[in-house]
Amino acid sequence: MKKLQLLASSALFVVATSTAMAQSAFDKAHTASVKENGIAKMDRLDRDETQIFCSSLEAISGKGDPKKREAIEKANMATIKQPSDGKYLGDWKEGEKIAQSGRGATWSDKAGVPNGGGCYNCHQINKKEISHGNIGPSLWNYAKLRGNSDAIVQYTWGKIYNSKAYNACSNMPRMGHYKLLTEQQMRDVMALLMDPESPVNQ
Amino acid sequence: MRTTIKTTLLVSLSMAAGLAFAQTATDDIAKYRAMIADGNPAELYEAAGEDLWSKPMGPKNASLEKCDLGKGPGVVKGASAELPRYFKDTNKVQDLESRLITCMEKLQGYNAKEIIDAGFEKGKRKDLEAVVAYVVTHSKGMKINVPNKHPKEKAMYAMGEKAFFFQGGPMDFSCASCHAEDGKRIRLQDLPNITEQKGAALGYGHWPAYRVSSGNFWTMQRRLNDCYRQQRFPEPIYTSDITVTLSVYMGVKANGGEMNTPGLKR
Repeated sequence: MKKLQLLASSALFVVATSTAMAQSAFDKAHTASVKENGIAKMDRLDRDETQIFCSSLEAISGKGDPKKREAIEKANMATIKQPSDGKYLGDWKEGEKIAQSGRGATWSDKAGVPNGGGCYNCHQINKKEISHGNIGPSLWNYAKLRGNSDAIVQYTWGKIYNSKAYNACSNMPRMGHYKLLTEQQMRDVMALLMDPESPVNQ
Repeated sequence: MRTTIKTTLLVSLSMAAGLAFAQTATDDIAKYRAMIADGNPAELYEAAGEDLWSKPMGPKNASLEKCDLGKGPGVVKGASAELPRYFKDTNKVQDLESRLITCMEKLQGYNAKEIIDAGFEKGKRKDLEAVVAYVVTHSKGMKINVPNKHPKEKAMYAMGEKAFFFQGGPMDFSCASCHAEDGKRIRLQDLPNITEQKGAALGYGHWPAYRVSSGNFWTMQRRLNDCYRQQRFPEPIYTSDITVTLSVYMGVKANGGEMNTPGLKR
């Protein structure tokens, strides 16, 4: 798995490494207890600095060393790539399909099949879909409430690309950073949230 | 003024409608539960398991009636409410399924590795699953009382806690991503907060269960296997240490709650 290449400070690296070493007995047992299956290889247990930090109740509750949180957010922020052609919005209809699908990346998924975004698993989006989760906030009327300034567009792209840039231990997967969604898929999800024509903004 | 009232009415009406929908879906599952409460399909597995428990089988042509699940040879009543626990003969902390493998190996002469390598519902694993249904039925209504005294039990609990919060994989998931807050859902599925007693008992006290969506009986090992799949992790080896540690963590957290096994799940 691709690791975070940019570390905000060497101090963070030292702390994280010593934590990893202290956990080596656990890591050994963990590795011995699982086997690769299909696309789910053993390297999925190799954690980056963000995952190591977020592996505690304290950290996922928004606590823990604030300086470390800041450093993690900064390092994740540095991974965000804006769309290559400067276009942020795709097709909201495609975006809705991506938001509906929770497929992808499990050992029962096949390589090469596009992933879903799994958005409705955690978010209310189009109110017509009543089967939505509530781990994340409601996104109904997303752009109607926030407007569509460049700042909002870029923030939303960044949040989808790498949610940990804004909240070190966000529950949301890093869709762009781990290439869970393609650039075009992210544009389509963007349109679902931002396009004035999208049912989300009615 | 009138418009405000109208708008308020409209908003609260649409909110009520949304709520009604959400409640209907949850209600339907509750209704279904009530409908078959007197006849959980897990009973079919339980009946098969009862036969398998007392039938002489395997290379040693022996039954499981001398199997010690922690409360003495052959004692089934209340056994699963106190598992996982430390067993002196194996010098290991074992959950119900790893303990049954020990009994099938020692008493009946079956090959433990074959059971571990078989898939769910395959080969002797299928028999073991039925025996699980039989055993857990005999803890129904009892208090969960998973021991955490022996040093090995304590070590397994600590490791289970680490496993529960271990975040990894391409989606940054851990068990805690779904099970560390109250009142959360994936789609319409309620998620118990396993980090606290009440939620842990809701989870631990209702598995193993008959699972309506797949139409079959799932042991705790199978439930954990599916959690790992959805976390996008590699697959846990059947009855491996990490799976047992997670049961220890959940079970000890759930202590004092009620066993409602076999449960009936979505």
